[in-house]
Amino acid sequence: MLPDQLKDHAVASALDAAFPGAITGGHTERNEPTLWVAPARIVEVCRFLKDQQRFIRLSAITAVDWLPADPRFEVVYLLHSLERNQRLRLKCWLSESECEIDSVTGVWRTADWYEREVFDMFGVRFRNHPDLNRILMPSDWEGHPLRKDYPVHGYKYSYQDE
Amino acid sequence: MRETTLRTDSITATDATLETVGQIASPGTSKRMILNMGPQHPSTHGVLRIVLELDGETILKAVPDIGFLHTGIEKNCEVKTWQQVVTLTDRVDYLSNLSNNLVYALSVEKLIADIEIPPKAQWMRVMLAELQRLNSHLVWLGTHALDIGAMTMFFYCFREREDILRIFEMFSGQRMMTSYIRIGGLALEPPRGWQQVVSKFINAFPSKVDEYEELLNNNPIWKRRTQGVGFVPLEDLLDLGVTGPMIRAAGMKWDVRKDEPYSSYDQFEFEVPVHTENDVFARYRVRVEEMRQSARIIKQALEGMPEGAWQAAAPKIVLPEREKMKTQMEALIYHFKIVTEGFRVPAGEVYQAVESPRGEIAYYVVSNGTSKPYRVFMRTPSFGNLQALGPLLEGRLLADSIASLGSMDFVLGDVDR
Repeated sequence: MLPDQLKDHAVASALDAAFPGAITGGHTERNEPTLWVAPARIVEVCRFLKDQQRFIRLSAITAVDWLPADPRFEVVYLLHSLERNQRLRLKCWLSESECEIDSVTGVWRTADWYEREVFDMFGVRFRNHPDLNRILMPSDWEGHPLRKDYPVHGYKYSYQDE
Repeated sequence: MRETTLRTDSITATDATLETVGQIASPGTSKRMILNMGPQHPSTHGVLRIVLELDGETILKAVPDIGFLHTGIEKNCEVKTWQQVVTLTDRVDYLSNLSNNLVYALSVEKLIADIEIPPKAQWMRVMLAELQRLNSHLVWLGTHALDIGAMTMFFYCFREREDILRIFEMFSGQRMMTSYIRIGGLALEPPRGWQQVVSKFINAFPSKVDEYEELLNNNPIWKRRTQGVGFVPLEDLLDLGVTGPMIRAAGMKWDVRKDEPYSSYDQFEFEVPVHTENDVFARYRVRVEEMRQSARIIKQALEGMPEGAWQAAAPKIVLPEREKMKTQMEALIYHFKIVTEGFRVPAGEVYQAVESPRGEIAYYVVSNGTSKPYRVFMRTPSFGNLQALGPLLEGRLLADSIASLGSMDFVLGDVDR
């Protein structure tokens, strides 16, 4: 359901018309529009935004851990349209028990590394990703460092335990 | 025997990444070979490892393996106060520290909202960011030319770079890790006599660029090594997340400084150089022309530098003057609060982009209203650009890989953070 704040936003209203129910909320803060998207529909929404609304660039994908909130993870898609000179932020909420979402690598190839980074750092899994492995941490690393319950010094080398 | 043949045949660069590198298909059974390039290869400019699958001289597959320089900067940001994070941003892209300082300062200032940066600080930021662009492009040009075999360029470029580093030292006391752009303005008052030093440098600089171009533009070896090398269609580049000079050399006129002006870039006159050949030579041309445009901006900043304060009038955020601390109670209290606890930033989130020498650098900063950032995500240009490595190398000759790699101009600190 589209919030009043974004009713005049051309892209948001077109998206809401094309996929009723896919947008679960949103807001405009400091001139930056944000849309909350139902996680199950992220791929079709992204496909529509890229093909119909000319958001040909995906700047990045990242996540925020809102421990102890539930749903805990917020996956953030940072979109950019060169033609419109506009940016748009999509967000999906994922709970800890089912932190899985469909991969958008089929829409933008650049999503590949960003999704691997989110997996590496937060442990969010991306379904249908071609090669979902750790990217920055060593492949045998335990834990996901950017989670809020992961200590800054790590588990292994923390001087605080001594 | 038959088994070994099957096994070696089935090795591809993807499954070779960790375990099987170095295993070469036994002679006579297959022409394919897995070659490990880096992490200590001089032309990768840092610790980048690329697993190459070769058929003779042709690269069939190139898989970059990154993470060797990962230092957990984003995690570290979450336990520092807002102002302390500035020093961490220097260490992300160690060739364009001031762009990183700038994008962080701008995003936090956007979050605070209730803070006005005086014109002098804004212009100073622009001038320093452009000097930084010159610095970064000079290092790129010098090392890239050295890789291809033009050694003199390296000495010429580092000669000018030294002058720029001296200017940075004069301003901030540091040659590389400047941390000069802070939330609320600048770290220190611009030093006495900076105008003379910068103007001496910038008046001489265009003739230095002429020198570089004279050495390279009509150099037959340089042209043979760079023209027509490293072509990837523009659509693919954009799809792979490439930004900056690489897409401007492919005909896309997009520069954050022009399209989403920040820090009063809209008050400066400059062109965005664009080429359409989309090869290593075009990327070189774009960067050299960008150096000329940066020199133009610096000159304008030098001539029109506004008078006035170099820090915002925000006592809760900016440290007070030393003199005031000795005479005024409030100044002492603010100083104590800022240094011990740090200032609080209203809850919210922002995404701020800046044109770094390598492309779009953007920080996505989330605050929960405390004196430490809740999350700082760094969208770094090198990380996005490096994804194009595969398409840039695959199907080409091994000898061209060095030229193609160099033309991307990535910094591994920027990739791994």
